Amino acid sequence: MLVATCAAGGVAGLATGAAFVSTFQPSERAKAGGAPVEADISDLKPGEMKTVEWRGKPVWILKRTPEMLESLNKTDSEVADPKSDKDYSMPLPKYCKNQHRARAEHTDVLVVVGICTHLGCSPGQKFQPGPQPSLPDNWVGGFLCPCHGSTFDLSARVFKNKPAPDNLDIPPYMFLSDTKIMIGKDENGEAA
Amino acid sequence: MAFVEKKVSADAPVAEKALAWIDSRFPLTTLWETQWGKYYAPKNFNFWYIFGSLAMLVLVIQIVTGIFLVMHYKPDANLAFASVETTIMRDVPWGWLVRYMHSTGASAFFIIVYLHMTRGLLYGSYRKPRELIWLFGVGIFLCLMGEAFFGYLLPWGQMSYWGAQVIVNLFGAIPFIGPELSLWIRGDYVVSDATLNRFFSFHVIAIPLVLLGLVAAHLIALHEVGSSNPDGIEVKEHLGADGHPLDSIPSHPYYTVHDIFGVSVFLLIFSVIVFFAPEMGGYFLEANNFIPADSLKTPPHIAPVWYFTPFYSILRATTSEFVNFLAAGVVLYVGLIFVKSKLASLWKALALVIGGLLIIGFYTLDAKFFGVVLMGVSVTILAGLPWLDHSPVKSIRYRPDWHKWVYVVFGVAFLVLGYLGVQPPNEARNLVAQVCTFIYFGFFLLMPWWSAMGTFKPVPTRVNFKAH
Repeated sequence: MLVATCAAGGVAGLATGAAFVSTFQPSERAKAGGAPVEADISDLKPGEMKTVEWRGKPVWILKRTPEMLESLNKTDSEVADPKSDKDYSMPLPKYCKNQHRARAEHTDVLVVVGICTHLGCSPGQKFQPGPQPSLPDNWVGGFLCPCHGSTFDLSARVFKNKPAPDNLDIPPYMFLSDTKIMIGKDENGEAA
Repeated sequence: MAFVEKKVSADAPVAEKALAWIDSRFPLTTLWETQWGKYYAPKNFNFWYIFGSLAMLVLVIQIVTGIFLVMHYKPDANLAFASVETTIMRDVPWGWLVRYMHSTGASAFFIIVYLHMTRGLLYGSYRKPRELIWLFGVGIFLCLMGEAFFGYLLPWGQMSYWGAQVIVNLFGAIPFIGPELSLWIRGDYVVSDATLNRFFSFHVIAIPLVLLGLVAAHLIALHEVGSSNPDGIEVKEHLGADGHPLDSIPSHPYYTVHDIFGVSVFLLIFSVIVFFAPEMGGYFLEANNFIPADSLKTPPHIAPVWYFTPFYSILRATTSEFVNFLAAGVVLYVGLIFVKSKLASLWKALALVIGGLLIIGFYTLDAKFFGVVLMGVSVTILAGLPWLDHSPVKSIRYRPDWHKWVYVVFGVAFLVLGYLGVQPPNEARNLVAQVCTFIYFGFFLLMPWWSAMGTFKPVPTRVNFKAH
């Protein structure tokens, strides 16, 4: 009798506890807020970057110059995961598994989620090569996270021995025209 | 047992009759006398012993100002920033004063608690039989850190937003469950309105309730075993004819007057800061927090508020290269336990297993996970002090002189970590932070050995006291 009472009470108690724990999950409203977004890059000159919001996060669109693309050959040996074998929070789209981490039809355009893989800050642009504060003297241009000093090259690949473990996320995206990009959706459908 | 009404003479004053009526039904006089009025405290307290009372005062300030702030604050991502910076700071009469008292109170709380803990460290206040007082105190410190963190999101400025983003993502570093866990804490895919609302709930009700319970437990435990003192000797070993320790004195009125003096000095300094330097040059209220939260842009330089920076530096110092040094440290430490400790072989085996797991972990899991672990351990290791300290004397007064230098080196390392935490990171600073991280952990982990080494001075049987 005592055991049965304790068991019944325990089950009810656990179930009630689980309900409270569940209230912490994202609400249905939050889950519904992840629609793909369209970005217009007709005003983007080579070397310029713009930021659009996708799922509440900054997504950078960087139009790289030939020199910027050239710098990736130098950084290949200095980044932790040059071939982008490791994913962070979303799988790398197959068409971006290359040095440029970009679609073959527009290798110069980098589309990347601007959230550091360490603790989620948004790194800043450090496109100017050369020695400068917080950066190594052989800097060839890239991104610097202000929070813990992680650095990324111009393909958003993380340099070795930095707090951030992974390269930045590349979302699924596709070109609707030469100047219009759909972010969060590609030929294979919407991002998970 | 039958109920007994406390007897008072018929012509006693009304107040005395009322007190007798209450005491028959509730132990009011007994509570006052055991908790303060006739609580016998050692008579040789120095200024280090003021910070417990001051912490109580600041707790009251935070609760009272907090109650009034909640009357005007809006926990809504669209309204929060304006409700603080416009409504409270500009529109509500004297609202700025209440807000500055609360924000200055937060920093004051940490200054006082750090000094209170330093006192414990210097005079061995955590040693037997006061282990539980110390553990409750560590619990209070953790609650305070939680309060400070949750409260910092509420103004919804840039530092609020990105600070919360970083700390919530710390949980994301835990292997396997991390990403889901941080999603669960945020309640959304980014820090958002849902996060703000739950942090508000934690800040104004959940943590304060736990905090008050722990403060009560801290005081009850203290008044049960009695206070320690700067000589680190047990006054209860020398009792007078009245059964009270010869070297003790009732807290009221002696320490009441002491404390009122301390409170006056504190309030003087506190008022100067509230009125003339509430932002404290960006250390108490950070400049970037006067910019509304922007989820697309991290401020160029982000750092936590000063009281978190030592622990934050340890987090930042843990890079993938540093892990090699950590692994070497673990190997040496396990070796030391085997060669030099008198622990039972079961504990030694446990140390070997934990050391082995750590080394496997160092080379299979991300360095960032170990940064988070080290940061967590750097705070919780304080709870181990009563069992790490093997010194035959409690007080620093009777330790070998070179022990003082150990404390100085530890203190400097802690302050350097704190300083580095507010600076932008670079290679040289990172190296210094890594050295200081080793000093910080070495102080605690090697304490069982160094604290028992050297020639200790004779401990007096009675306290040192000069009447003034």
